[in-house]
Amino acid sequence: MAAVGQVLRSEWTKIRSVRSTVWTLGIAVVVTVALGVLICTLANHDFTSMPARDRLSFDATNVSFAGMGLGQLAMIVFGVLVVSNEYSTGMIRASLAAVPQRGTFLFCKLAVATALVFVVGLVTSFVAFFAGQAALGDLRVHLGDPGVLRAVIGGGLYMTLIALFSMAVATMLRSPMLSLGILMPFFFLISNILGNVSATRKIGRYLPDQAGSKIMQVVPRVNDDVPYGPWGGLGIMIAWTVAALVGGYVVLKKRDA
Amino acid sequence: MIEAVGLTKRYGAKTAVYNLSFQVRPGTVTGFLGPNGSGKSTTMRMILGLDAPTSGHATIAGRPFRNLPNAPRQVGALLDAKAVHGGRSARHHLLSLAQLSGIPARRVDEVLGVVGLQEVAGRRSKGFSLGMGQRLGIAAALLGDPQVLLFDEPVNGLDPEGILWVRNLMKQLAAEGRTVFVSSHLMSEMALTAEHLIVIGRGQLLADMSVKDFISAHSADFARVRTPDTEPEQREKLTAAIGEAGGQVMPEPDGALRVTGLPLPRISDLAHGAEVRLWELSPHQASLEEAYMQMTQSVVDYRSTADQRAGLQQVPAGYAPQGYAGGPPVAPGPGQPNPYAQQDPYGGQAPGAVPGPGYPPPAQGQGHPYGAPASYGAPHPYGQQPAAPMPPAAPAAQPAPAAQPVDMPMPQNEDPR
Repeated sequence: MAAVGQVLRSEWTKIRSVRSTVWTLGIAVVVTVALGVLICTLANHDFTSMPARDRLSFDATNVSFAGMGLGQLAMIVFGVLVVSNEYSTGMIRASLAAVPQRGTFLFCKLAVATALVFVVGLVTSFVAFFAGQAALGDLRVHLGDPGVLRAVIGGGLYMTLIALFSMAVATMLRSPMLSLGILMPFFFLISNILGNVSATRKIGRYLPDQAGSKIMQVVPRVNDDVPYGPWGGLGIMIAWTVAALVGGYVVLKKRDA
Repeated sequence: MIEAVGLTKRYGAKTAVYNLSFQVRPGTVTGFLGPNGSGKSTTMRMILGLDAPTSGHATIAGRPFRNLPNAPRQVGALLDAKAVHGGRSARHHLLSLAQLSGIPARRVDEVLGVVGLQEVAGRRSKGFSLGMGQRLGIAAALLGDPQVLLFDEPVNGLDPEGILWVRNLMKQLAAEGRTVFVSSHLMSEMALTAEHLIVIGRGQLLADMSVKDFISAHSADFARVRTPDTEPEQREKLTAAIGEAGGQVMPEPDGALRVTGLPLPRISDLAHGAEVRLWELSPHQASLEEAYMQMTQSVVDYRSTADQRAGLQQVPAGYAPQGYAGGPPVAPGPGQPNPYAQQDPYGGQAPGAVPGPGYPPPAQGQGHPYGAPASYGAPHPYGQQPAAPMPPAAPAAQPAPAAQPVDMPMPQNEDPR
């Protein structure tokens, strides 16, 4: 299909020709790395005063990804803007008038943005890991240690999936304000609250971000009763993303543009 | 060739377009007219496969848009000039659309030249004026060098030079054998641009005819007759005489009479026979704008109401609602607009003629643009007494005409033929 190449090229032009791309992705990288280094430095400093059980389950790899909880918010903004910009400007009508095959249009658009996010996410993950380990001093682990490389690559995958999930939600909701207004509190607050209140913890851990972040853990927590492993967790996150994509596709297909 | 068959679109309880059938043929500019909210844009979106019709269908070259092979090379459209990401430059905007349609990148600079935006191609479109936005939208429509072109309100926000340019562009595109479908709510603009008219109101077809037929059917001649203001009984005498002779008389607010159905010499003879002196006996032509308003008056969605300004303003003593200082006013009464008191400077012109400057862009969202007599500028010399000229502050001091519903003059107008 000739249309696929055309949409891919066009979407790449769209992404690189607006400043929000550089801003959101740049903030995601800087926040994730900087916050990770900060937490690692503090952890290194306070390690001796930690309780024994915390020291036992100290996960040097995971600590260097401590900034991801905040950095992912910038990824969410990027994902939402990539899609909802089309709607808020009305450009979607020009786009769909050029490519009436809406499925092709949507998935090529998401493919371009996802590929970019994957590259940025992977780089962020590696940089955050190495910078964090440098700040950890004697506590550091190495990329060759068991499970570490999986966690670092997983960090890139996690960021990619968060952004793709946001794109899919924005495709369903269309409005940037509505999408951000739902996604931001969801990932920043609701997921954390559900995950930290004992009554709802069992539900909370099936949310996309909590399940997905399991891939970034190397040392299991004490008394860890989570019923899925790192890849299982990522699988749950992928299932969420696929469900959102199906929803977005159906909405785009059915509704008037 | 664009064809709509029984096109209907409902949004819940509201019917935006109802049972619309028409054809748009190649080689001519077809004007698509209707008041704001009459369903023009919805119809265009359905033609482009963006909105799904509730029933009926629209085809381009015999196929639904979504099934057209290589649609962007066959159909170009300007739907909304503001549909551009403000942070993206004009060139990047067009480049993304060109790539989307598989059009070589050098075409972007060609169309930028056609619409005259080369200078600002690298600037972010956020800073563009409405007119520049329209040009950018037109450039996007021209990208694929398509045989079928749809333009939704292309002259909105353009200056007189820009309007002239769009008009010539439309005609040129049609002369090249393309199908050109242009929507507007300005009859006067369409009379100059289009050869064929499709008029809708409240989503229903009101007229589908050539501009020539529309003019001959609707722009009827009439005579303006004035008897001495000081002797109202003379006016009644003449009214009776004309009525007996088979003419129709409608009073105008300034005391004059509008006579249809009788030639001017006959009116003069009747006046002479009734021993009525005349101050004025002049030939007039109802403008296309009037015909169009008459046609759509019952289907205007947005009517303005008079601005009461309760508690905001005190009417100064001696405030005269109308600049006219003559005899007793007749229906429709003082303070109401007389659409015939001023001539539409373009209505009487032959299609293709170039209007003078000062052609105002329509004031969207301020009620019907023709509801405001001031918008056409040139007052009829007899519309106001020279002895009582309108003060410069007329628009502020005379809120009633601008705020009157558009159908005010209609009751006196049932027979322009």
